[in-house]
Amino acid sequence: MNALNKLVAIALPALLLAGCELGMKEQEQVGPRGTALVLISDPDSKAKVGEVPAPPYELTTDMLTGQKSREAYQNVQVLGDVSVDEFNYLMQAMTNWVAPDGSAIKDAGCNYCHNPENMASDEKYTKVVARKMLLMTRKVNAEWVPHFAGQQNAGVTCWTCHRGQPVPAYNWSTAVPDPATIAGNKRGGNTPSKTVAYSSLAYDPFTDYLAGKESIRVGGKAFPTAASNASIQSTEKTYGLMMHISQGLGVNCSYCHNSNNFAKWEDSRPQRVTAWYGIRMVRDINNNYISALGDVWPANGKGTYGNRRGPHGDPLKVNCATCHQGVNKPLGGYKMLKDYPALKGSYDTAPAPAPVVAEAPAAAPADATAETATQKPAA
Amino acid sequence: MAYQNLFTQVQLRGELEPGVPLGPHNDARIGPFGTSWLMGKLGGAQLGPVYLGSLGVASLIAGFIAIEIIGLNMAASVNWSPIQFVRQFFWLALEPPPAKYGFTANVPLNDGGWWIAAGFFLTASILLWWARTYVRAKELGMGTHVAWAFGSAIWLYLVLGFIRPLMMGSWAEAVPFGIFPHLDWTAAFSIRYGNLFYNPFHALSIVFLYGSTLLFAMHGATILAVGRYGGEREIEQITDRGTASERAALFWRWTMGWNATMESIHRWAWWFAVLTTLTGGIGILLTGTVVDNWYLWAVQHGFALEYPATGVIDPSTLPGAPQ
Repeated sequence: MNALNKLVAIALPALLLAGCELGMKEQEQVGPRGTALVLISDPDSKAKVGEVPAPPYELTTDMLTGQKSREAYQNVQVLGDVSVDEFNYLMQAMTNWVAPDGSAIKDAGCNYCHNPENMASDEKYTKVVARKMLLMTRKVNAEWVPHFAGQQNAGVTCWTCHRGQPVPAYNWSTAVPDPATIAGNKRGGNTPSKTVAYSSLAYDPFTDYLAGKESIRVGGKAFPTAASNASIQSTEKTYGLMMHISQGLGVNCSYCHNSNNFAKWEDSRPQRVTAWYGIRMVRDINNNYISALGDVWPANGKGTYGNRRGPHGDPLKVNCATCHQGVNKPLGGYKMLKDYPALKGSYDTAPAPAPVVAEAPAAAPADATAETATQKPAA
Repeated sequence: MAYQNLFTQVQLRGELEPGVPLGPHNDARIGPFGTSWLMGKLGGAQLGPVYLGSLGVASLIAGFIAIEIIGLNMAASVNWSPIQFVRQFFWLALEPPPAKYGFTANVPLNDGGWWIAAGFFLTASILLWWARTYVRAKELGMGTHVAWAFGSAIWLYLVLGFIRPLMMGSWAEAVPFGIFPHLDWTAAFSIRYGNLFYNPFHALSIVFLYGSTLLFAMHGATILAVGRYGGEREIEQITDRGTASERAALFWRWTMGWNATMESIHRWAWWFAVLTTLTGGIGILLTGTVVDNWYLWAVQHGFALEYPATGVIDPSTLPGAPQ
């Protein structure tokens, strides 16, 4: 009995201190000794790398030439420069990626975006959105190459985010603002929230950093300067965003940073540069593509296919997890673009014309302006 | 009253001991209340008498008000749901005023004013309790070592919640009330100011903190080891040969060549404990006011290594960088 008591007395505190992830961890040293530059991961809780669906059929070289889709079909605004064969191939792939035939999704298949009576019509808002998303995909693949370390065929397709769902599983929208009184007022945090790894940090670091362009940097020079005015609160918000990135990519802080001084670029790993471009890319996506669609997004409760906006009324937007889904390279770094040349490179510099069935006439010209403005980033 | 100590397996029961008579200008003591077998396992078996007095009463009232303000604000934040209050308790907070108010008294109650109020009452409670430890020690004809050691902890508390925010000109720099919120504050504070690990006063504070545990372990172990010779009666044995006291001293002289004395070991312990919060408070006070990035400061002063650069360049400094 005494031995049992002793065993319990030793085992119980050990269990309490052990945290939640039992078992051996994998370690990889990525910097000088003594700097804690070690990537630690728990093989049991690693996110599974997503499957990549096979192309609908083989896209042969001779299919890439021939009649252009804009000559064969009406109202082809974005993919008009690709061949009819490649256009049909891509349409089928997009269907599989976003609203696959035979799934439980309403109007699954072509009809999710198209009116079967008139495929050219823009009467369904989903088609207007899909067009914008094609522009976005091409922009990302053509212009945000620093986020893909400039690798050939690295980039995104619809599948990278959608994974067979009309709305990507990982998205965000602006949190409902706190009331003016103390009742029900969590000061934007102090809540076990998954977005910030269940810490008590601000649970919406996205609105200011991934849609707004607020400065994420908080570290200063050795001695205080007039510029070093980041508050503890904004530091906590930055911390919250970093927790999201860490979770969204399934990596430790040391994947990008040297923890001796998080702010210092000269001691950081090159992955931090990739992430820096990623944050700017996400801002571009959220502002110039998703939010720019404006009232094309139906009000909550009014849409044919369910809600597309958050509780505060803004559309569902992307963050790091939307593509990464817990993996440092989405889909394990599989270079899907090689099978879908229409989605890469040839980023159409001409602003998209207004939709034929103008459900939201006000939104479209505004989009076009935003497009043109972002092509040449300011120094 | 017979002598008892921690090692005595037998608990003595007898007439309750009211303690020494008090001089004039003192309130009456409350108790003694009786004996407790359980408390006797840990220390003296007798409970009370307690000297409450006006300082004690005022301190308890102020402390109660502070806890009420904090607790009710937390309860309000979950819309007064008792279940959510318990479930989310570790996350809930009473936060200091946001930075826009600076360091002014003109803060609405629902936007940090309650934090100032709670801080005021908590500080009043702590200072009154400090005065109580001082006055009670004087009344017993003791030195005031306990009060000054407590004062060192109060220094760190005041630096964190009042003096540093005052010098930074912003209440927002202060620590929120709440379990996880104050831990997140600690982590954010270190990151904001370039890693507190490189703050030499923080380093000293850690030395004294860990040193305190080491000294406590050494002293506690030594006295327990000579308990069979009555080692806990430290001072009365100090001049005799062959006593527990001499054996304890010899043990350390044999093992490490030198020994603290029965008197000096307590000065060692007292100073280590006091210096933990004293140096810690200095380190916090210098952060943001004098030094903005401790790592860069430490490299500049040869206190930290600068590692070979990885070749990474801040992309925002490149021409044509996106915003």
